[in-house]
Amino acid sequence: MNIFTRLLLELQEMALLIARAATGLFRKPRYIPETFAQMDTIGVGSMTIIMLTGFFTGGVLTLQTYQTLASYGAVDQLGYLVSVSLIRELGPTLTALMVTGRVVSAISAELGSMVVSEQIDAMRALGTDPVRKLVTPRIVALIITLPLLTIIADAVGIAGGWTVSTFLYGLPSAMFTGSVRSGIQTDDIIGGVVKPLVFALLMGTIACHKGLKTDGGTVGVGRSTTSAVVTASIIVIFADFVLARALQLVLNTAP
Amino acid sequence: MMTQTSIDEGIDNQVSAQAADSTFREVDDAQRVVPAIEFRNVTIEFDDRKVLNNLSFKVMKGETKIILGGSGCGKSTTIKLVLGLLKPDSGQVLVDGEDITNYSEVQMTSVRKKIGMIFQEGALFDSLSVYDNVAFKLHEQGVPEEEVESEVTRMLRFVNLEQAIDKMPSELSGGMRRRVGIARALVGDPKIVMFDEPTAGLDPPTARTICELAMKLRDLEDVSSIFVTHEMNNLDYLCSEYAVVNEAGEVVFEKEGEKLCLINSKVIMMRDGQIIFSGTDESLRRSEEAYIQKFLRGH
Repeated sequence: MNIFTRLLLELQEMALLIARAATGLFRKPRYIPETFAQMDTIGVGSMTIIMLTGFFTGGVLTLQTYQTLASYGAVDQLGYLVSVSLIRELGPTLTALMVTGRVVSAISAELGSMVVSEQIDAMRALGTDPVRKLVTPRIVALIITLPLLTIIADAVGIAGGWTVSTFLYGLPSAMFTGSVRSGIQTDDIIGGVVKPLVFALLMGTIACHKGLKTDGGTVGVGRSTTSAVVTASIIVIFADFVLARALQLVLNTAP
Repeated sequence: MMTQTSIDEGIDNQVSAQAADSTFREVDDAQRVVPAIEFRNVTIEFDDRKVLNNLSFKVMKGETKIILGGSGCGKSTTIKLVLGLLKPDSGQVLVDGEDITNYSEVQMTSVRKKIGMIFQEGALFDSLSVYDNVAFKLHEQGVPEEEVESEVTRMLRFVNLEQAIDKMPSELSGGMRRRVGIARALVGDPKIVMFDEPTAGLDPPTARTICELAMKLRDLEDVSSIFVTHEMNNLDYLCSEYAVVNEAGEVVFEKEGEKLCLINSKVIMMRDGQIIFSGTDESLRRSEEAYIQKFLRGH
């Protein structure tokens, strides 16, 4: 099987997995407690790394752009630049990449271990569909929590930028916050929320697909985990580009 | 070999009148002539290698079919086909006379309710306690918690593991994991049970305990089963002993002896996805086929 055929096959399998997971939403049992448990693991569990990432990204963005803006006499736009960069681009992408490292790897490894220890077969033998029991709650939890984590990363990132501009460069606090408030448009916020929704669907599907396709014992678990993280990271960056252009066209913000 | 009637008469002296009535009623039942499991010319390939090649056999109601064979001969694949965990490339698989070959996952749900499966390493859910593992099927069906509790306790008592109810799978020994796996598989009293090398890697007393559980199911619960193994002592236990309830109401195991010959345990030997022997353990031991003799002697 050549690489093109294999790619098509993988895409087909992932599309079928999404379809099967989606049907799980409309049939009983619905596994709501499992979904909440996953939201806790994915959302609450990722809060610390997301806040740290957001804060230092906002801070470093201020550090790197202050000199350039100052040379153009546009320091009053610092808050606008930092917030728009975070909301449109860095917040969704960095949050997705951090969650990929923490959550996609965990989901893939967990499902992969369940495959090699025959727990998935046991679940099927006991009359339970593993896709509805395991895949649907994880994808739904990611779709709900990733946008929320992104909003938190954006907010903390802006706070990080404000901290650096106020305490390191001594700019008036109101100058930064004022440019944030006047600069951010509704379109920026829509784009900043749509992106993580799509990223979450892609990340969840890749993680579950790679995990459930695990073979070759414990070595296979490592292989599928690595593959899930690498694939999800690349797809997130690729999807970011496609979505950025699509949102420009849809929201009429293209130059 | 003795007839079914004479064997029933032999057992009759040792079981309660109620159990004997039930035995005769079940023998008369026309449904019993329908095999619990039937394979018709089943072939399955993995990576261009025929794992099962034109396999045909039947497991009758109340019968234990012991599948012997070396590693990779297709034993585990056979029982996964019964559960619909794998689909054959050609041929038919029938459960209780129902052709399940082309059943979807949704259609298989009702078939799987009739079947209990005991996996090689137990396949317990790591994140769930022993209680939740055994209760898994009932929780999925939304059974009230009081009923779940009494059923789980009954099943754990059957495998003699009531004391482990709150433990996690990581705290259990290999033998205990298998027994919890048996308890989980027997929830809902399935009439067909698959054993996938349940004694592999266990010490002899624990292996004996698991064989006793299989005998109890066969002789006291009228369960049809496929017992996949490559260990000869399993064959000795299952083909030469039977479970009865003594006057004190305890389950005891007796040897078939001179007067009684068990006909509810048959042996299949597989090699390279094909059946090379099918019959009783006595005829297996008499076989002059070189591979069988080597398998029996171990060299």
